[in-house]
Amino acid sequence: MTSKSAIAIDKARAEGRAALIGYLPAGYPSVEETIAAGIALARNGADLIEIGIPYSDPVMDGPVIQAATTEALAKGFTVRQVFEVVAGITGQTDAAVLVMTYWNPVMRMGVDEFSRRLAEAGGAGLITPDLIPDEAAEWMEASDKYGLDRVFLVAPSSSTERMRRTVEASRGFVYAVSIMGVTGARSSVSAAAKGVVAAAKDAGAERVCVGLGVSNADQVAEIAAYADGVIVGTALVSAIRDGGVDAVANLTKDLSAGLTRK
Amino acid sequence: MAEAPTAGSDEGSVDAFLQGGPSLRHAPGPYFGSYGGRWMPESLIAALDELEDTFEKAKADPEFTAQIADLNKNYSGRPSLLTEAKRFAEHAGGVRIFLKREDLNHTGSHKINNVLGQALLAKRMGKTRVIAETGAGQHGVASATAAALLGLECVVYMGAEDCRRQALNVARMELLGATVIPVTNGSQTLKDAINEALRDWVANVGNTHYLLGTAAGAHPFPAMVRYFHEVIGEEARAQILEQTGRLPDAVCACIGGGSNAIGIFHGFLDDPSVKIYGFEAGGDGVETGRHAATITLGRPGVLHGARSYLMQDDDGQTIESHSISAGLDYPGVGPEHSYLADIGRVSYEPITDSEAMEAFRLLCRTEGIIPAIESSHALAGAIKVGQRLAAEEGTGSGEVSDKIVIVNLSGRGDKDVATAAEWFDLLDKDSAEATIGKEGEQL
Repeated sequence: MTSKSAIAIDKARAEGRAALIGYLPAGYPSVEETIAAGIALARNGADLIEIGIPYSDPVMDGPVIQAATTEALAKGFTVRQVFEVVAGITGQTDAAVLVMTYWNPVMRMGVDEFSRRLAEAGGAGLITPDLIPDEAAEWMEASDKYGLDRVFLVAPSSSTERMRRTVEASRGFVYAVSIMGVTGARSSVSAAAKGVVAAAKDAGAERVCVGLGVSNADQVAEIAAYADGVIVGTALVSAIRDGGVDAVANLTKDLSAGLTRK
Repeated sequence: MAEAPTAGSDEGSVDAFLQGGPSLRHAPGPYFGSYGGRWMPESLIAALDELEDTFEKAKADPEFTAQIADLNKNYSGRPSLLTEAKRFAEHAGGVRIFLKREDLNHTGSHKINNVLGQALLAKRMGKTRVIAETGAGQHGVASATAAALLGLECVVYMGAEDCRRQALNVARMELLGATVIPVTNGSQTLKDAINEALRDWVANVGNTHYLLGTAAGAHPFPAMVRYFHEVIGEEARAQILEQTGRLPDAVCACIGGGSNAIGIFHGFLDDPSVKIYGFEAGGDGVETGRHAATITLGRPGVLHGARSYLMQDDDGQTIESHSISAGLDYPGVGPEHSYLADIGRVSYEPITDSEAMEAFRLLCRTEGIIPAIESSHALAGAIKVGQRLAAEEGTGSGEVSDKIVIVNLSGRGDKDVATAAEWFDLLDKDSAEATIGKEGEQL
């Protein structure tokens, strides 16, 4: 099965670099600005874009993303608007666009219906922070049916056996959590990240991208040396909060410079 | 009353059970029918595996079970009494009502059973720190107590609004050596306190055990929390047989997450003649939308690690619950309760704030016992159940029925005196208490 995420990562690899993946919460500060910021991400060096669905109980998110998604919900964001955001970005760019979502909103809409609409909007697949392969039978079926990528997470605490099963269940890439903790900028990248990537590769992963705590070009350069992709979230959310779409464009340029630095 | 949904594809049904089907006791998890499981970040799965493994080994270890038995007897004060409430029963169709007195346990509620068990497991895992969530403060106080007893560091997450309203319970936890962290994000309620505790756990899982306070959450929590509360039902069953020579006709408990309820239900699940009732917080009335009647009006979904009934909107966002009782004010419910509802073994019904407060006052005045407002929901439900049983039997007004109802009196009401005084307008309007009450403080 072809994978939009894999194609985007392989294209970066063919250029001799790691891929850059940027996260934005849908509807923050507005649906229109999320689309504009997503396009700016793609035009300034991001290969993949991760659009988060604001959720009432985001247990894996730190204060910056929590504040943004809480605001989006307070302004009336509804889940179906995420398809508008995805279609708005995929209509204007070649970037692979994934949706990052806690599982209950998908369950509520119906896993098949959600998947159908995501595929229709041109989405590449889902990143699922609170869905492990053990509980994902319905999603495995729907993602096969609609040709969507299944990006599960692996962590420093994952056992060899769990690493193997998670890699096997994933399509597109495997999301390596760099640190035991929640999203948020950190001054240095955890030494654990390199170990998680190596373990995922040992378990058979073809593409492993690293996220959590990455906020500047130096950190991007450090991770790009051993991973297939680098995921930046909180720093981009701070940028759109403080400087709007232009700030997202500028930060993306900066970050992408880190991809090729030796 | 809510009709229990049909069982669907769930294995087992109450009919099969009544015809000698498999036991409903000791359900091991991770699944209860289609409920339960582990809807959790991968980062925490290793910790859940470690906890499950430690728990399973501890259950089979006579040294551990002896430790629990010793603490229950010599620290908590178990077995708790089973008290017949004769004057209260006159208001419940004249049936015989017995109260399982969890209010007499050390710290004043059933919560101590679970925290001692989990704190011992934390020690077995070599963890030096426990974290807990709390709404009104009962579980926080119990956790701080167990941590003090066993020499563990304790951090309690509590909604900022709850901290303000329950200032004395915050002081109580701090006296016991715990650190209380006010949670200011999200809706600043119990569910956000759980979210924040989970964030702490992800970051500190190496030395920290999450001492979850109810029979909900990811496996093994629902089955494990039930295990530590099974003593309630086992004692109650033996006590009623000893005092009356027979099993009760009905057992009643209040349900928030459902830990006291699953504890007492467990003793009677395999007794087909015993009807079992769980009473949810109906708040201002389920028709108002301001309630916490999760099973009555919720739809299945995932929250805090388990698939279960859930108060959620059409987008799958969690809806805020409302109840006069902080301990029942939670938009989710333990997965085993969802299963017992679906198969029809337990009936779940809502009780409004007003009904609960009337039962609260009635117990105070007829029995000299001030119950927790949580437990008052079970008392109000027992009045209805008693009247129904008497009506079925054709007992006239003033006559005595020989039907027997057990109510789990899960906690004492000392913590609720200010709320009750405000509700019943007992405070002199110039008193310091009334002034504080206006600001929403609990005394």
